[in-house]
Amino acid sequence: MQKDSFAPTKADAYTLRRRPPSEKLLDTGFRQLSLVMASMVAIVLISIFLVVFTGARDAIGEFGLSFLTTSGWDPVNQQYGAFVAIYGTLVTSILSLMIAVPLGVGTAILITEDVLPRAIRDAVGLMVELLAAIPSVVLGLWAIFVMEPAIRPALNLLHAWFGWSPFFDTTAQGPGMAPAILILVVMVLPIITAISRDALNQVPIELRQGAYGVGTTRWGAIFSVILPAAVSAITGGVMLSLGRAMGETMAVTMIIGNAINFNTSLLAPGNTIASMLANQFGEADGIQVSALMYAAVILMILTFTVNVLAQWIVRRLSLRY
Amino acid sequence: MATTTIRSGSDNQQSDLFDRRPLTFDPALKRNRINRVLTTIAGIFGALAVLPLFLVLLYVLFQGGRLLSPTLFTQLPPPPGLEGGGIGNAVIGTILVTLIASVIAIPIGVGGGIFLNEYSSRGWFSQFISFGNDILAGVPSIITGVFVYGIVVSTRLFFNQSFSAVAGGIALAVLMLPTVIKTTDEGLKLVPQELRWGSYGIGASKFVTVMRITLPAAFTPIATGVVLAIARAAGETAPLIFTALFSPFWPEGIFNPIATMSVLIFNFSIMPYEAQNELAWAASFVLVIMILAANLLARWISKVSRA
Repeated sequence: MQKDSFAPTKADAYTLRRRPPSEKLLDTGFRQLSLVMASMVAIVLISIFLVVFTGARDAIGEFGLSFLTTSGWDPVNQQYGAFVAIYGTLVTSILSLMIAVPLGVGTAILITEDVLPRAIRDAVGLMVELLAAIPSVVLGLWAIFVMEPAIRPALNLLHAWFGWSPFFDTTAQGPGMAPAILILVVMVLPIITAISRDALNQVPIELRQGAYGVGTTRWGAIFSVILPAAVSAITGGVMLSLGRAMGETMAVTMIIGNAINFNTSLLAPGNTIASMLANQFGEADGIQVSALMYAAVILMILTFTVNVLAQWIVRRLSLRY
Repeated sequence: MATTTIRSGSDNQQSDLFDRRPLTFDPALKRNRINRVLTTIAGIFGALAVLPLFLVLLYVLFQGGRLLSPTLFTQLPPPPGLEGGGIGNAVIGTILVTLIASVIAIPIGVGGGIFLNEYSSRGWFSQFISFGNDILAGVPSIITGVFVYGIVVSTRLFFNQSFSAVAGGIALAVLMLPTVIKTTDEGLKLVPQELRWGSYGIGASKFVTVMRITLPAAFTPIATGVVLAIARAAGETAPLIFTALFSPFWPEGIFNPIATMSVLIFNFSIMPYEAQNELAWAASFVLVIMILAANLLARWISKVSRA
């Protein structure tokens, strides 16, 4: 018979294509390049810590740990203490989360459960995501000119009712902690809603079916089966938004009043570390820059801890179904 | 829930559960009433969550939209106390600074994402990078500003200039980087392994595989993430206040201070002048429209390619 000319000869079959040196160079070069690019993350992160710590060294030496507990901020006599700002950072972020968590998780349940038609649920989800896209400075502008004047009567009502408590013992006269807390709620709500929605969507359908199969109601299933299954991811998301709330700058700066003196009242002006940096860093010099860097170090340690905790919670506490 | 079944003991001694309780839905039952109350509460929460969006958009569109005119984009902001003027320099500034940030952050971010998913063995180094990426994403934006002030502005790194558009762009790039890396990494994860094997099988090198097969296959999620990152960066203010600073004049090159819409809104909103406050609203309008358009574009990208 005719010889099968299509069959490869021995030499063709077992010789690998010879890769030209240029191709090999391109390959290894690209690998190294992408390695360098990935390392940029570590380099940037470490330099951020280094730059801020070095900047803060003078102030750390000068004021020590009493910086955390004293509340003077006096550029003339060069006496600095960040207590007002640290207190404001913690109080505004924690109180805003106490309002935003029920709202956000409730909205996420509304979006993931089949209470409303799918079109409406999708629309609500889209709107919450668009809310996250609105720049914080625009929310601040809105807070100054629209929200704060609108809620002032309600805040003064709080003063009238609860004026005996140290948290409401001043009248609301304009910028203050309470409007800052409310604008923070608006800012973290989309994050909590988005993460809770993803967490609830990932609960296996069998768990729901099982719950409904043994005869529970919708909210019986939500509270006893679905929420417990999603709780680790939701907690992680809440921690992430706590970090976000602590570091949030613009909207808070514009509405919190940037007070120097300490006041327990939520209706009085306050300050946060981020707003202090935004307001003073550009014009500061000498030890004041260092004091501001010290405050930045504290903010970084706070957000770092919260973020690491968030990741740890998501990794360690996730339920195995 | 257990209480509803035990209740039968008192009124019916024979306690035949199936006879006594109809299988039809009884809205008067306690569990169903609780259900309705809780559903209503969730509905109210959902309404409260979308309420701010409507209120903010309403005011931005109304307050800012009525100032919309061609001169808004062709004129400089007026000196304090004077009327009229526009935000032309700030519009150009925002576009320029965001562009600088994108030029820095997108190649580095996509490259880093490629390394994480295509080259690393998911060992300690890539885990460290992923972890660092999440931490970097959580660093407050104002700290990014402080950092860039420390290494670029106060050291006068570029041509002995302190505040500059480039410094602002670098600050925004630091902010964008984690998002771009994360979306690239996640996007590449979705590419089926068979595509890569097929490419190697016909003799393509790793570089060609990544460039011609893997990256194009992951284009949609990466593009969506990148557009969202750009939109977020365009609206950021905190990193720009003391890096790009502000300028009441037209941009004078990228190594000089530059006006941006976000810093303009911040500066003008706390001024006691009506004209400046109105320009802040107008800038908000332009900024919000740009950012919402970018968000809808990102959605459209992912929708079109999925279809």
